[in-house]
Amino acid sequence: MKKEEVPQDKSSLSKNKITEVCYAVDENGNYTQVASKGWEPKTIVQNETLHVIEERIAEANENVKNGIASPIPYFMELHKMDLTILSDYTGYWKWRIKRHFKPKVFNKLSQKALKKYANAFDISVDELKNFSGS
Amino acid sequence: MKTDFTHHQSAHCENGVASNLLKHQGVSISEPMIFGIGSGIFFVYLPFLKVNHAPVVSFRPMPGLIFKRVVKKLGISLKRKKFRSETKAAQALDENLKNNIPTGLQVGVYHLSYFPDEYRFHFNAHNIVVYGKTDEGYLVSDPVMPEPTMLTEKELNKVRFAKGALAPRGQMYFPTKIPKELKLEKAIVDGIKKTCNHMLVPAPLIGVSGIKYVSKQIRKWPKKHGIKKTNHYLGQIVRMQEEIGTGGGGFRFIYAAFLQEASEILKNKQLKELSGEMTTIGDKWRDFAVNAARVYKNRSNQDDVYNSLADELLNLANLEKQFFKKLKKAI
Repeated sequence: MKKEEVPQDKSSLSKNKITEVCYAVDENGNYTQVASKGWEPKTIVQNETLHVIEERIAEANENVKNGIASPIPYFMELHKMDLTILSDYTGYWKWRIKRHFKPKVFNKLSQKALKKYANAFDISVDELKNFSGS
Repeated sequence: MKTDFTHHQSAHCENGVASNLLKHQGVSISEPMIFGIGSGIFFVYLPFLKVNHAPVVSFRPMPGLIFKRVVKKLGISLKRKKFRSETKAAQALDENLKNNIPTGLQVGVYHLSYFPDEYRFHFNAHNIVVYGKTDEGYLVSDPVMPEPTMLTEKELNKVRFAKGALAPRGQMYFPTKIPKELKLEKAIVDGIKKTCNHMLVPAPLIGVSGIKYVSKQIRKWPKKHGIKKTNHYLGQIVRMQEEIGTGGGGFRFIYAAFLQEASEILKNKQLKELSGEMTTIGDKWRDFAVNAARVYKNRSNQDDVYNSLADELLNLANLEKQFFKKLKKAI
């Protein structure tokens, strides 16, 4: 990549007034650091990834609304987590977390268990308990 | 408390922290030099391990390994500490700052408030330097950011004790002893040899063979998983190649910069030529990213789109095979 070819496209970086470092060749054939504002192909891929996550969040939200699932999977998706990560944050085994996905089981959870989940999601116990879909 | 630390932006966090911490000790060593000596170029495909609902592809070795190798080869003493207790971790850091020692930390990315949302995933092997503390919080030099930033005590605690794969467990590190003279020449030669061996290893999922294997998989994905998943999987490859501070082209440009520096230190003209060749290969990786992103835009679902992407990867694998064979002979 030549210095003048380093992309300066609009991106999430430029929105936040950040640049990233690219390595490129200058007019004398020597490598140098060049600041880049962003690159369109990368932005396309990132947006697509976020879009997939948004779809998962929307689905989890519907499931809470329709009483199929507890709020736990919703907040799990909202925080880009999966079962393994949530298991590490709460200290529960994955199969137990899966049980807590059922509204019936969730409604009987102790304050202590709810607190663990609330901490993992950085919200209050009430926010977790009273979430009924947005 | 504030140490007299100078922030330099870099492409990649690990090289950046290493280079910045060493520069603070008066050792002038560039990011590409760290990357090259640490044998930073790598490729591995782990289909049985899913991150973000897609198989893991990595263009670099396990986090922490690059710095570890550099320290070992240059004879630098590095102190590393992990913690069980969050309070003790904070105390140890404060103690260091009091003693005027800028300290490297391994942190999780997800809770880093200064990152754009697109970059915030549960990736736990990011590296930053903390170089001071004020009433508002810690002074942070994140090497991928243009300017130093800040994190509150609560925020820093959270990122130091992020959970999940590669959990940092509060890990902090700082150089304690640096030899008077660094023997760069031998370290460079060793680093290059190791890189060639890794890339040419005859194992199916690693190095050049790994790239070939992924190329084969791409041809199968549309039939096996459908278009949507295939695109998501492809996206993961492109993100790993371009997103996390690779300096462009899956670290190929940083490596080319390293070869250029190495050619001067070793007085080896061939390395300069090979640096140019690596640049061309890096450009081809960029083309691959462009074409992969185009698949999203056109939403075209013909098989030959994926086949032509697979061809591109296969071509890259062959080019790199020749390249690393030549590089091995050149030193």
